[in-house]
Amino acid sequence: MTKLTIRTYSYLFLIPAFLIYFVFYLLPTVLSLFFSMTRWTLTDWNYIGFDNYVTFFSETALSIGFRNTLIYAVVTCGLKVILGLLLGAFLTSTVLFKNYLRSVIFFPTLLSTIAVGIAFSIMMHPSQGLINTSLAVFGIDGPDWLGNTKIALLSVALVDVWKGIGVATVIYIAGISAIPGEYYEALKIDGGSSMNAFRYITVPLSRPAMNSVIILSFIGGLRSFDLIWAMTKGGPGFTTDLIASIIYKQYQAGFYGLATAGNVILFVGVSLLAFPLYKYLTKSEVHL
Amino acid sequence: MSSEMSRVMNKGVGKPLNRGENRGISSAAKRIIVAAFSLMLSTAIFWIPFYFVIINSFKNQAESALMNMSWPKSFHILENYRDVLTAADHMLVRAFYNSMLLTVLSITVLIIVSAMAGFVLHRREGGRFSSFLNFLVLAGLMIPPAIVPTIWVLDSIGLFKTLAGITFVEVALHFPFAAILYKAFVATLPREIDESALIDGAGGGRLFFSIIFPLLKPVTSTIIVLESINVFNDFVNPLYFFPGSSNATVQLTLYNFMSRFTTSWNLLFADIVLISIPMLILFIFFNKKIVAGMTAGAIKG
Repeated sequence: MTKLTIRTYSYLFLIPAFLIYFVFYLLPTVLSLFFSMTRWTLTDWNYIGFDNYVTFFSETALSIGFRNTLIYAVVTCGLKVILGLLLGAFLTSTVLFKNYLRSVIFFPTLLSTIAVGIAFSIMMHPSQGLINTSLAVFGIDGPDWLGNTKIALLSVALVDVWKGIGVATVIYIAGISAIPGEYYEALKIDGGSSMNAFRYITVPLSRPAMNSVIILSFIGGLRSFDLIWAMTKGGPGFTTDLIASIIYKQYQAGFYGLATAGNVILFVGVSLLAFPLYKYLTKSEVHL
Repeated sequence: MSSEMSRVMNKGVGKPLNRGENRGISSAAKRIIVAAFSLMLSTAIFWIPFYFVIINSFKNQAESALMNMSWPKSFHILENYRDVLTAADHMLVRAFYNSMLLTVLSITVLIIVSAMAGFVLHRREGGRFSSFLNFLVLAGLMIPPAIVPTIWVLDSIGLFKTLAGITFVEVALHFPFAAILYKAFVATLPREIDESALIDGAGGGRLFFSIIFPLLKPVTSTIIVLESINVFNDFVNPLYFFPGSSNATVQLTLYNFMSRFTTSWNLLFADIVLISIPMLILFIFFNKKIVAGMTAGAIKG
């Protein structure tokens, strides 16, 4: 059988994929550990040890990116997890126009992040923008969404949720649809309300879907770049800079070693947060 | 069912049935209210931004600068769209060509290499070496790519700023997701298929290309749709690995136009509309497929 396996399921089949994967992803990842410790011009490098890391952590402009990245990831992930669950439960119920609503919510997922970012930054104009002029109709004085240092990051996060909620909802819809109908029938016979059904059946039994949403949106949030770049470029000041946007700024300025150190910090950060989270979530899952 | 039993049941059902009818009427009213409310909310949140962008792409510069949703006083549709397409020496036309070519090339290579890999990764699952490979693939889903070292690698082999270079980068970065989907799908194909092919004298290559690969069609079309959206809408990778004005992809063009057209929002919006059209067409034809693929990837991955 072994001989047969080697001939039939030859590892030669993996060569094209892994060659590309190795050269254009794995190799640069490994090299980044070295280049992050150099002063680097792409053609020439000096080994400088951990200086780039020290710089990264000591400058407030750079370290502010850590706090922002974490806030951004937690806010976008949290909103997608909660709103996605509510929308998922709503769109698996017997609501009218269900298919239409599902399509509408999924629609923004198809758009380019840059296009969404530009459109929303115009709509978020403090005095003339569509959002604040609409709020004014109800007598609400809308804030300067992207100019106010306290809320700019949250404004971008909200647009991120607008664009990404469709994916979260679809995942929940799949998860909730997989819950056997008997559970709901049993609860109905016992006289449970639809609130009870949501709380004691839908929420616990859609945990696998919820875990997927948490992991996907949390990692996505930590790695986020294009939306922030289209909407604020890290401003005002450095108040909306994320690690990924700092990496780009360092790269543009020609600090390749520093940019690479930022990259290493980002991937160590993602791994340290995401792997344990993944382990924890899958361990506490309820099995159907 | 005994008559006694049915009698009891009918009796039991008699009264609640009445109540159920009453509840039926009020619940129908409730359903309509909920539906109306959800339609209104979805319109406000999702359709108004689209309407805003489209209607403003029809206005002249002065009117679009007002940033409102009013109906245009005069329509400048052809003029605006022509201006955007011809701006900067037809940069957008070239960008469309680049983006389409990049998308088609990346997806073609991605499908072939990931399907082959997914097949063998599943059939050889359990071995120590394939566990290691699986770990490498999973790592690719989480760990963000190292950007400047990738540029250095591309530059060293002469592929920096080339279409081939960015194609390989796109394939490498989307390979983990595609391979995991293929692997999960291969698991649903019984090994008896392989065995009968072997008995008929087919080798590994024949088995895969003439028997297995055609059977993978559902997941292949899912990947085509999902990854086309990702590659066509990608901004970050072209920004780093495919710079230069003759190389621009549609996303970069839009980004460059943002500074060029700071006051001509009508043109900026026309650009947004133009570059959204290809994926909207895709969506209209593959709506169901996208959703199915999304869920398959999320639950199994």
